[in-house]
Amino acid sequence: MFDLQGFHEAKDVADAVQALTANPNAEIISGGTDVLIRVREGKDAGKVLVSIKNIEEIKGVKLLDNGDLFIGAGTCFTHLTNDPLVQKHIPMLGEAVDTVGGPQIRNMGTIGGNICNGATSADSAAGMQVLNAIVCLTGPNGERRVPISEFYTGPGKTVREQNEVCTGFLIKKEDYEGFSGKYIKYGKRKAMEIATLGCAVMVKLDKEKKHIEEVRLGYGVAAPTPIRCPKAEESLKGAACTDTERMENYVNIALTEVRPRSSWRASKEFRLQVISELAKRALKEAIVLQGGQINA
Amino acid sequence: MLKIIHFKVNGRDVELAVDERESLLDALRVRLDLTSVKKGCEVGECGACTVLVNGEAVDSCIYLAMWADGKSVLTVEGLKGPNGELNPVQTAFIEEAAVQCGFCTPGLILTAVEIVGTGKDYTREELRKLISGHLCRCTGYENILNAVERVVKENLQKAN
Repeated sequence: MFDLQGFHEAKDVADAVQALTANPNAEIISGGTDVLIRVREGKDAGKVLVSIKNIEEIKGVKLLDNGDLFIGAGTCFTHLTNDPLVQKHIPMLGEAVDTVGGPQIRNMGTIGGNICNGATSADSAAGMQVLNAIVCLTGPNGERRVPISEFYTGPGKTVREQNEVCTGFLIKKEDYEGFSGKYIKYGKRKAMEIATLGCAVMVKLDKEKKHIEEVRLGYGVAAPTPIRCPKAEESLKGAACTDTERMENYVNIALTEVRPRSSWRASKEFRLQVISELAKRALKEAIVLQGGQINA
Repeated sequence: MLKIIHFKVNGRDVELAVDERESLLDALRVRLDLTSVKKGCEVGECGACTVLVNGEAVDSCIYLAMWADGKSVLTVEGLKGPNGELNPVQTAFIEEAAVQCGFCTPGLILTAVEIVGTGKDYTREELRKLISGHLCRCTGYENILNAVERVVKENLQKAN
């Protein structure tokens, strides 16, 4: 038996918001793969859980009329990976969430939970950073949209209020069209593992596939929250895909933008090494995915 | 507080009073005596409690019983044929000696049922990934993989 004070299965988003507002001790539960474990460990014991698991309106991926993608917060990882729109437009994100836990966890855990729990180690976090995802939150006063760059406030902390429901993520057309992307997870095991480090790179090449027009570099576990490395990104604008010198420089700049720490999983020094290695590997793979040539 | 849920368990319609705070694992084991569902780590890591909910494998230890309302749940008890025959997945596990202490077996069999149900072919590496949510502390993974591989192939041959 879980140590809960109460449980409410929300019929829709409005019902969930109302239930959360009615009780400050209430907490959202979506897939349950984080919340129920925290309850089991006693960390979140005695809470009232407001379940959004069965709200169909926040599940699935949609292509909007303007070309933007909307990812429902209640979409589980498996469904995200298998979604045709994700496979076509943002395969990197589908592959990233395919590295979460194991198959059963991926059948339960949701993208909304992965982002809203505020974990820097979330496998979707680096990808959402480079996709410039916009978090859609619905609260008692209606909807607000928060860029992912302003969403995290600290380890496990976000700007989401206790009575706000994350309904999904908006990915603008200009943030995925023409890009290829690669997420690399570093962990000691291939499955059932929390990332020691996660790195996502998105790249847009010129027409000849010779030069980099734009690159985006995002990390999980390289700082207390998921981060981007804007200076490193800027440094590669216009660089030739074969320019190893500028790639080295980009890695060195990235190292100045991260703030990893030592934990029982890995030391700070080791994380820095993984950070530099993954920045290179993910960039190269993203370039190749788009048909560019690299100096291997 | 007890709440009434209606769901399908192993193909049968079931009306059940469950506590809002209980896991599907406890509801199945304690209230319905479906003891093929094993209680292992209780934090979604070992996969011993795996059941299929609407055809998808979930860890029933971190799945609230309330969530099963209106859904269809399959446990190993539900694999039995009309005359008590074993499911081909179970036969494959026996023939490949994929069972040692047996604690992980029910969960692995259900994951194998889900895999076979897709009707797709998989490489051994892909199968490794697909069963990665199960821990076998006897470390009998080779035979388990042999069994899953065998039943996937057999099923494909039958389909052709």
